[in-house]
Amino acid sequence: MLSLYVPGASPVHRAPAGLKLAVLAVLGVGLFATGRLDLVATALLLVLATGLLWARLPFRALTAQVRPVWIWLAALFGFHLLVTGPLVGAVAVLRLLTLVVAAAVVTATTRVTALVAVIEWLTSPLRVFGVRPARIGLVIAMTLRFIPLVADRAARIREAQAARGADRVRLAMVVPLLVQVLRMATTVGEALDARGAGDVPGRRPRRRAAAENLGTT
Amino acid sequence: MRRGRRADAAAAAAIVPRTAIEVHDVAHFYGDRPVLTDVSLTLTERRIGVIGANGSGKSTFARLLNGLVIPAEGSVLVDGLDTRTQGREVRRRVGFVFQDPDAQIVHPTVEEDMAFGPHNQGVAAEETARRVEEMLVRYGLAGHRDHPAHLLSGGQKQLLAIAGVLVMRPQRIVFDEPTTLLDLANTRRVSRVIDALEQDAVVVTHHLDLLDGFDRVLVFEDGRVVADGSPGETVPWYVARMG
Ligand SMILES: Nc1ncnc2c1ncn2[C@@H]1O[C@H](COP(=O)(O)OP(=O)(O)O)[C@@H](O)[C@H]1O
Ligand SMILES: [Mg+2]
Repeated sequence: MLSLYVPGASPVHRAPAGLKLAVLAVLGVGLFATGRLDLVATALLLVLATGLLWARLPFRALTAQVRPVWIWLAALFGFHLLVTGPLVGAVAVLRLLTLVVAAAVVTATTRVTALVAVIEWLTSPLRVFGVRPARIGLVIAMTLRFIPLVADRAARIREAQAARGADRVRLAMVVPLLVQVLRMATTVGEALDARGAGDVPGRRPRRRAAAENLGTT
Repeated sequence: MRRGRRADAAAAAAIVPRTAIEVHDVAHFYGDRPVLTDVSLTLTERRIGVIGANGSGKSTFARLLNGLVIPAEGSVLVDGLDTRTQGREVRRRVGFVFQDPDAQIVHPTVEEDMAFGPHNQGVAAEETARRVEEMLVRYGLAGHRDHPAHLLSGGQKQLLAIAGVLVMRPQRIVFDEPTTLLDLANTRRVSRVIDALEQDAVVVTHHLDLLDGFDRVLVFEDGRVVADGSPGETVPWYVARMG
């Protein structure tokens, strides 16, 4: 679910993120509670209609999410053909397909910050155990931000090594990538500090000694 | 070389309060290796450049100024606030722009990333939105507000990084080689952006033309300040010395 937000002003876009996640959760439970093909197929049609007609998302936005799981769905169907039968297999596959498409609709119509805010809210009871929900949210946002970046750097290293004729030694790629990522992580830590990430508002002041020395280690 | 402090008009300073940084007898080490030795300066000028060879200690010096690095010896005071004990307050006054904007952008999309700093400072949501809007327009990013940050060009990323600092309303901004990774056109663009800032700035750079019109330039060599004066005095001296 990387940078999947497709800007828009549809009612689905404007619906609260919490509501969309709740619907997604209810849909998930409902799909697994039933074994009827007609119900599951109807759910898929409704989800598709929501995404394509109501949210006016491009078809691409939905298929992009299905592509990576396609092979697993096929394998699942094959498994059921051998073990249980085509009907159960079709239900199992459509059920997962519906969930993947529904998740794609939610992520394509909801900003990461809004999703993160819901997650922060959901995890806020954990505060009694010393967990900081704002941190969880930040970690999720940063993960989404840095995965494509690290993928880019990996591709660049692969190119550089291919240019020098090293197309066999895949492991050799890992070391320079690791070095780059660790070096960047140090700077990202500094940037977080410089941008006040340690100062999350409305919380008790923390001892800052550890963060203060980030740059000196 | 003496300090060439060109008396500059206080026009811009009327909007943003000025910040004075005092560096007292600073020394810093990584392990046993000295990276800064005997640095004592008072920085009050609006535009201060920092030049020197790779490894001469420029980045470490820059990081002292907003408390990202706490000196092993000596102290750094920003408007009288010690970076050692008042890091948070210091970082509110002194913003930092890194060489690699990719390391500084922490949210997936442009608008979200810009709002990050003010959010951390506890700025109200409407006020944050207003400031972000102003920056999106100022730096031509309004059409990209929902774009994934990793799809921006290098120049746009650096503008986003700068905007992400400006929305926090610092009084002085430290730039660590802000144009090193950029092409010529984007280097000029970022240079104009820095020129136009109403805030005070300290700019570490290898692009010597960036220093035109600066009030003061510091030259670092092996962790020491070996020259300190106007660009007219220091830059030719530095170029000659580098051979
Ligand atoms: N985190 C660090 N750990 C160990 N050595 C470092 C670290 N950062 C910088 N150095 C070393 O300190 C010296 C000065 O670095 P730096 O301040 O980055 O110089 P400059 O920015 O002028 O290139 C260099 O020799 C560098 O290798
Ligand atoms: Mg440097």
